[in-house]
This record gives sequence, C-alpha cells and structure tokens, in this order.
Amino acid sequence: MATKFTAKPDELSKIDHKPPKKGWMDTPAEFKEHTFCWGAKGKNLNIVDFPNARDWSPAEEDWKLPENWQEIVLEGIKDRLGKYRSFKLFMDICVRCGACADKCHFFIGGGDPKNMPVLRAEILRSIYRKYFTASGKMLGKIAGARELTLDVLKELWYYYYQCTECRRCSVFCPYGIDQAEITMMGRELTNLLGLNTDWISGPVANCYMKGNHLGLEPHTITSSVEFFLDDIETITGIRIKPTFNRKGAEILFVTPSGDLFADPGTYTAMGYLMLFHELGLDYTWSTYASEGGNFGFFTSNEMAKRLNAKIYAEAKRLGVKWIIGGECGHMWRVINQYMDTWNGPADFLEEPVSPITGTKFENAKSTKMVHIAEFTADLIKNGKLKLDPARNDRLKVTWHDSCNTARGMGILDEPRYVLRNVCNHFYEMPEDTIREKTFCCGSGTGLNASENMELRMRGGFPRANAVKYVRDNYGVNMLANICAIDRATLNALMEYWAPDVSVCGLHELVGNALVMTGEKERTQDLRLEPLHGKEAEE
Amino acid sequence: MKLNSLLADKKASILEKWFDVIIESYPPDTSNFLKNQSNRFANPAGSAISQGIENIFDELLRGLNQGNTLQFLDNIVRIRAVQDFTPSQALSFIFPLKRIIREELTVEIAGSQLSDEILALESKIDDLALSAFDIYMKCREKIYEIKANEVKSMTFRLLQMANLINTEGHESDFKGNDKLKIKRGEVKK
Amino acid sequence: MRILFSFFAVIALVLSAYAGVKIANLQFLFGVVIPYIAITIFTLGFVYRVLKWGSSPVPFRIPTTCGQQKSLPWIKQNRIENPSSISGVIIRMALEALLFRSLFRNLKTQLKDGKLVYGEAKWLWLAGLAFHWSFLIIFVRHFRLFLQSTPSFIKTIEGLDSFLQVGVPLLYMTDIVLLGSVTYLFLRRVFIPQVKYISLAADYFPLFLIFGIAASGVLMRYFYKVDIVGVKELAMGLVILKPVIPQGIGVIFYIHLFLICLLFAYFPLSKLMHMAGVFLSPTRNMVNNSRMVRHINPWNYPVHVHTYEEYENDFREKMKKAGIPVEKE
Ligand code: SF4
Ligand code: SF4
Repeated sequence: MATKFTAKPDELSKIDHKPPKKGWMDTPAEFKEHTFCWGAKGKNLNIVDFPNARDWSPAEEDWKLPENWQEIVLEGIKDRLGKYRSFKLFMDICVRCGACADKCHFFIGGGDPKNMPVLRAEILRSIYRKYFTASGKMLGKIAGARELTLDVLKELWYYYYQCTECRRCSVFCPYGIDQAEITMMGRELTNLLGLNTDWISGPVANCYMKGNHLGLEPHTITSSVEFFLDDIETITGIRIKPTFNRKGAEILFVTPSGDLFADPGTYTAMGYLMLFHELGLDYTWSTYASEGGNFGFFTSNEMAKRLNAKIYAEAKRLGVKWIIGGECGHMWRVINQYMDTWNGPADFLEEPVSPITGTKFENAKSTKMVHIAEFTADLIKNGKLKLDPARNDRLKVTWHDSCNTARGMGILDEPRYVLRNVCNHFYEMPEDTIREKTFCCGSGTGLNASENMELRMRGGFPRANAVKYVRDNYGVNMLANICAIDRATLNALMEYWAPDVSVCGLHELVGNALVMTGEKERTQDLRLEPLHGKEAEE
Repeated sequence: MKLNSLLADKKASILEKWFDVIIESYPPDTSNFLKNQSNRFANPAGSAISQGIENIFDELLRGLNQGNTLQFLDNIVRIRAVQDFTPSQALSFIFPLKRIIREELTVEIAGSQLSDEILALESKIDDLALSAFDIYMKCREKIYEIKANEVKSMTFRLLQMANLINTEGHESDFKGNDKLKIKRGEVKK
Repeated sequence: MRILFSFFAVIALVLSAYAGVKIANLQFLFGVVIPYIAITIFTLGFVYRVLKWGSSPVPFRIPTTCGQQKSLPWIKQNRIENPSSISGVIIRMALEALLFRSLFRNLKTQLKDGKLVYGEAKWLWLAGLAFHWSFLIIFVRHFRLFLQSTPSFIKTIEGLDSFLQVGVPLLYMTDIVLLGSVTYLFLRRVFIPQVKYISLAADYFPLFLIFGIAASGVLMRYFYKVDIVGVKELAMGLVILKPVIPQGIGVIFYIHLFLICLLFAYFPLSKLMHMAGVFLSPTRNMVNNSRMVRHINPWNYPVHVHTYEEYENDFREKMKKAGIPVEKE
C-alpha cells in the first residue's frame, strides 16, 4: 500500500533521532504517494503486444504477476547479459567507491539513499549476484546477493522509475558505469511482467497506431498547425503554407509531437515554420512519422526500434533526400546512438547538404539526419538569415543543456551560437550545472506525469536552484532549451521554485528575431505579447 | 536586551546544533552529504538549510522583519515540502531551536533575570512555526495547482482538437465560428 | 559485521600460513604448490572473465559524451571527451586509466567562509591514484626477484623510490604511500556514512588483504630482514619450473607470499577485475561517430511495425478531408 500523507504518532516521536540503522538490503521500498506514476492500462499494453497486459496499480498489494514471474525475470537477465557487454560489465566492475553517489538529482534534491546511482545499480546487482555468480550463490548476503522476492521486485520497480536515465552519474564514474544503461535493462525486465506506467505505455500505444505520442490523428495535426499559421499571420502578416506527406520534397522534417500540442512547445513549432518558410525550403511534414521522441525507449530496446522505424520508412516512401530533426532531448540520443543501428542503413537517402549554404553535414553522413540547431547555426554563420535580436530584448535568457543531448551526443555549442545571435541578453548558469554536468529537469524518461509531481519537484530542484541563481543575480526570466520534455515540464518546475522564469525552445527565439521578407512591422512576439518597446503603440 | 547579546555570542554553536538537528531528520547516509558537501550547486538543499537558519536566526535577534523572515523560511520549507516528510516532520525543524537555546544558555539563564526575555523569544519562535505552516500549506497547494493546471491545459487542448474533429468541413466552419476560436495564450495557466 | 567478517577472514588466513609453516613445516605447500595454483587461477580466471565479457557484443554505440561533439567545422570539438576518432579514444582511455580523469572531475575547490576548501572527492582521487601507482611500482620492483640480473629500469625505479635516502635498508616511499592510502580507503569506507552504506564485505576484504601484504612486506624488509638471497632462489626456482625451498627463510615471508597468492587467486573472482573492465567499458572506449559510420548490432532482428499502409487504412477518409495526399484513393 502506498504510504499516506500523515505521520503516525510513533513516527513523530522519532523525528529527532537518527532512524535505526538497517542495511539497505533489509529496508523494503515504501511506495510514497506523489512519487510514482499510475500503472499501465491493459489495453495499451495489448496494442503493442506486451506480455501480461492488464490494468494494474503500483500502490496495490497485488501486482497481478504471472505465476512464474521469477523465472521470467531471471531468464530476462540472462538474455540481456548475453546481449549487452555494457550490462555484464556494469554488473561486475563497480568498486563502490561512491564517486557517483551524490551526482544524481533525485538524491541531491530528495535525499533517499537508494537514489544514489550506485545503490540503484546494487538493487539489480544483488539479484545478479545471487543467481549468476559463484560467490553470490555460495555466500549469499555476505557477498551482496539477494533472493528475488516480491519486495525486491517492488524495490527495483520503484527506484528504476525514479531514474531519468540522464547519465550524469556516468560522467563521474571512473569506469564510466552508466546507470542509465542499467535502468534500461531494469525497465526491460519490468516490462516482461507488464509492469509499465500509464504515462509511458499510453504514448507508446498512441505512437504505434497514430504516429505520435499524443495520438493526434492526421487531420488534427494539420489543424493544429493551422492554428500556428493564423497566429504567424497575425504577427507577421505572412501566410505560410506548409505541406504534409508530400512526395518528392527534398527534406523530411520530424519533431516531437509535443511541439504541436502544448505551450510553450507550440511557439517553437511556429519558429520552425517561419524559418523554413523564409528559406523557401523544399520540405514536408509527415503525419505518419509525426513523432521525433520515443517513449518506447523507456520500455525496451525493441519497442523503441519499432517506433523509430517510421522515420526512415516515411523518408523512403516520400522519396526525400535527407531529414531534419527538431528540438528534443531523448529523441536525439536515439537518433545519434541507436537509429542507424536499428533501422539503417539509410542508403536510399543522400548525404545531407544544406540547400541554402551548400554546407555538407559530414557528421551526419550515415544517419542522414541533421539537428535543427546544427542547420540553423550553419545558416547564421553563413549570413543567410536576417536577424533582429533586439526583438528578444524583453528576455534575459539562460540555457539549459538537456541530459540526452549533452551526455549522449554533445550538442553544446551549436545552440549557444544560435542563441547569441538571436538575443542580446544571455547568461550561463554556474559551471557545475551546465554542459556535460548539466542537471536533469527531473521529469525525463516518461516521469513527466502529474501524479508524481512531488518527485518531479525534488528531482528538478538542483536544476531550478541554478536557474534561481541566475534569476537573482542577472534577472534572468527565460529558460531556453532544445528539448520537448523540458518545455513540457520545466514550466511546472519554475512555477514552484523560481516563479517569473518562463521556458522556451531555441527556435521560438529564432522566430522572434527572424526578419522575414515582406513581413509587416512586428508588434508582438510569438506569444502574442507586445514586443519590447512596442508596448506604447499597442 | 541582554539575551540578544548572549545569543549573538553563541550564534555559531547554536546554529551548528540547530543545523545538526535538522539534518538528522534525514537518513544518515544523506545527512552526511547534506552536511559536508559545501558547494551550493552540488548540494542545494544543504546549503539552503544552513543559509536559511542563519538568516532566520539573525532576524530573530533583530526582531523579526516579517517579509524577510518569510522569505528565509520559505527557502527551507519549500524544499521539505517535497521531500517525503509528513507535514509535522517537515515543520518539526523549528521547535528544537528553543531547546538548543536553553541548553546553550543554561548557566546564564540560571544566574540572571532572563526568563522574561527568553519567554518572549520563545513565543517569537512559535510565531515562526505558525508562519512556516502557512508557507507549507502554500507550497502543497502550489503542487496541487500545478498538477491540476497540467491536466487542465491538456484537457483543454484535447477539447479544442475534438471541436475541430467534430466540425464537418472543419476548416471553413471553424474559422467562421468565433466562439470556438479560443485565443492561444488563454491556454496558459 | 561486513567489516568484521572480512577482517577475521584475513586474520585466519594469516594464522593458517603461520601455523602451516611454523608448526606443520609445510614450506613446500606454501612456497611452491600454492603459488602455482594461485598463478594458474589468476591467469585462467582473468582470461576467462575477459573472454566472457568479450563474448557479449556491444550492440550500440553508447559513449558518454563529456564535451562538444564534432559537427560543423568551425565549432570547436572536444576531441578527447567527445572523441570522433580512435586517437581521441586512446587519449581518453589513457587519461582514465593512468590519471583517473573521471574521478578528478569530482574535484572542485570551493570558497567556504572565505577559505578554499576541497571536498572529500579530491582525497578519493588522490588516494586512489596513490594507491594504484604505488602498488604498480612495488609490483614492478619485485621483478628483480625473478630475473637473473636486475634490468636497469628497475634499478632506476628503485633509485627514485628510495631517493629520500633514509634508513637501512633504504626506505621506499611507495611502501609508506601504499600503506597510507589503503588505510585511508578503508577509513573512508568506515567513516563516511554514504560509502559505508553501500560497502559490501567484498569491498573490505581486498583492502585488508592488501594491507596484510603491504604490512608483512614492510616487516620483512625493515624489521625481520628475511634472507633475501634465499627468497630470490625460491622465486627463480618457481620461474624456471625447478622449485626449491631454501632453508632459513623466515615465516613472515611465507605469510607475505600466501597473502599475495590469495590476492591473485581472488582477483578474477571479484570486483578487482575492474582493472581489465575499465578498458572494455563501452561508455568510455567508443567513438562518438554513430551518425557518421553505421554501427552494427550483431543481433539486430526484424520487428513488427505499424506500416504506413495500415496507418492510411485507418485514417484515409480523414486524411483526404484534411487535404493530405494518400496512396490509395
Ligand atoms: S562511481 Fe562507478 S565504481 Fe564508483 S560507486 Fe559509482 S558506479 Fe561504482
Ligand atoms: S542516470 Fe541520472 S537519474 Fe539515473 S541514477 Fe544516474 S544520475 Fe540518477
């Protein structure tokens, strides 16, 4: 049962004392309200043929597991040990030096010791030792081995759905042990038992059937975009006419569907539309491959591959030459490190060359997919855009590096270059909290539900704390990023920790600064708010 | 104001003890981290607490400036409001200050006429606790509000799209119907 | 409990060596048989473990990138922390293996109350480095026992190591450093609650073992002064596979040797394998070029996807109405 939000009298009297010291192996996980997501619905699991599909709730005693669930998990571990050197190695070589212990935002912000990355890993390692190592089989607990009981399974679930696979721990580990990788394995195991969350399995099912996480059907996508076009017309006087599923376009554009759905992602989408229009780019959107993100990545490698397959399939069907990808974090980890391996080779595409500047994107010559920040940075560098950064003068901007793009790709300076060219006030957050050491928003890997708000708030605290610092010192009022999940969740985080800081995508700022041919004099920004210095005329 | 100068003398050790008591409400593995990691970005919670109590203590001596004190309390309470504590546990950090002060000043209290001043101070600390409770409630309400807003804006969008879906030949119809055209921006909180 | 278990395990092992040699006169067992067994276990075990890791493929290219990627030519790439070439990886790995680059990342100086302070992290890095390097140097120094004539580089190392020129025999700094750093690594496991919380018996045991080895070695060299000629004779005998047991080598030598054998035999069974593992770690030893060169997953298999055709069948009417082109009218 989930722990309720009141103290029992005997808990109260304990407050001033250190809790009795028990080893972590003997302290089962307590399911605290507001820290975990609702369980998956059977119908969503069925859509993608996941095992043990049924409605379930983590808070209930009975998880409705199959009879032989232990066997399934152990088989699953064995299978993955054989498939992933990373997994096997990371199970074996941790020396428990503790260097990673205080690097996790959930530990820093929340203080639960099992959120230390090393301990998160030990939860799975203890099972591994018991069933897969000689010493664990013989010595048991003294060798750090544990029987796979229901309590252990629940503990695994609870803490593996409190890891955002941000890889920050991996940066500091002397052997590069990456808890994100171990969490992926752990989550795959839970998925063998149908133990997914609603917030992940829903979007996965949507994406599978309808092409995007939000389940937007084709006509809804076009009308969503119509909305933006109306607003763009209001702002600039220009009517843009993008195309959908158009065969023979040069470029396919794929972005996370969140950008079509919720503010402030929508403003970023407007930015894309304006930029491409201004360039006269021969490109098309797709309603079938209408999702850049990949919640499948938070369930299993196979599911992620199934969802990702649509991008190349659609590129092939439409006969485009190459692909541009919008602003998203985990989407780019997937594209950078997985897509080509899963669904390549993309030999039906051509090596990407910018039609505007002629620049060859050498670094994407195999995937044939270019990050929009790379694309735009190249345009600016070659002087192809007319920009008026003063239109963003109302904003004092800081930059949040998303975990995945920072530690699973390394796109750090391209967006900064763009940012410096489209706005005049840019302030970095403190050094320990950006670039490869960036702090997570606390809501990645499908943890951006509402029911676990408390977890999100504490997980995002280290990030918010750094934002607060630049807010207090430089008056920063805008947190820019290239991640759809950030745009969907940082707002909430800011509202709690640093009110008066808003959140935006990079290309919203580009859209604001972009001087378009034939536009009327702008008085509003993309949010339909008066431009700096234009208030009087309003 | 003899008490104040005594307190000012003992400030360092009072704060240290107070900090320790607060920190001890966390699991030992965590408390060590909160205590020893002094980088304010690597350890935002620990530094907010140590900064916070120092400021609050200074305010107490200076005679509580409402606005300031609330801000300092807020910095601590806001964190504890999302940290797995029950409400009583989250706010329990204020009361030990009374005990600590009495312990620190045992000798001085016994040998002089401080009891009135002590009582006055203690009632100020009680006031602190009450304010902290207000803040705590505000934080929790905020969380629920954020939650509700997320759900609301999502539902709103869905409805908005459903409208489109249900309108035959939606584009023209929709355009003509101004009531349906909800201005973006209203979608925001 | 976890500490005591490991401690007494090591004590018991020391005593058994003592008893075995002093009372039961099992010099041959402890001086010849066990060393051969230990070396065999070590070699086979080590190779087995590495092969076992190697037998699992690396399906994806998953380096943890810690700097700017290679992209546009005018954007300065961090070639080491985000390597796009083998040479970058080699430097990255070398920094990792030789200087513990990632642990060093922990190191942050902070201004606290106007003073510069260093966190515990710095000490971990320093002690780790001191420990591993002094261990390595001591290990290399021991080669003189196995070689007919001492090569000059070993003499150089010895010379540097004892440059303080104190004591008879000359004091090796690494002996002190090793003992000191092992002690530190042990104490931090005991006194830092986080680290204590995560520590297993398997973390204490090797520390005690290595402490025992270093301590017995120091006793032997500086205090009991065992018969070094005899030791060399024994060592040479082992190497040329004509084992001899010279008379008059003190029991402390056998204890030292026994603990070393244990360490060797224990090595492949334990986390000590991180020595080899660090070179295999895919988050560190891979090039971040998966957008440039396709990485092959040997077990990549076809999966079910929802095809465009199925999608269009679901939505054809709606698509047409919205003016989206379709394949089949
Ligand atoms: S830093 Fe690496 S080796 Fe050290 S405890 Fe963490 S995972 Fe283990
Ligand atoms: S990957 Fe991120 S969230 Fe997961 S344990 Fe490591 S630091 Fe924490």
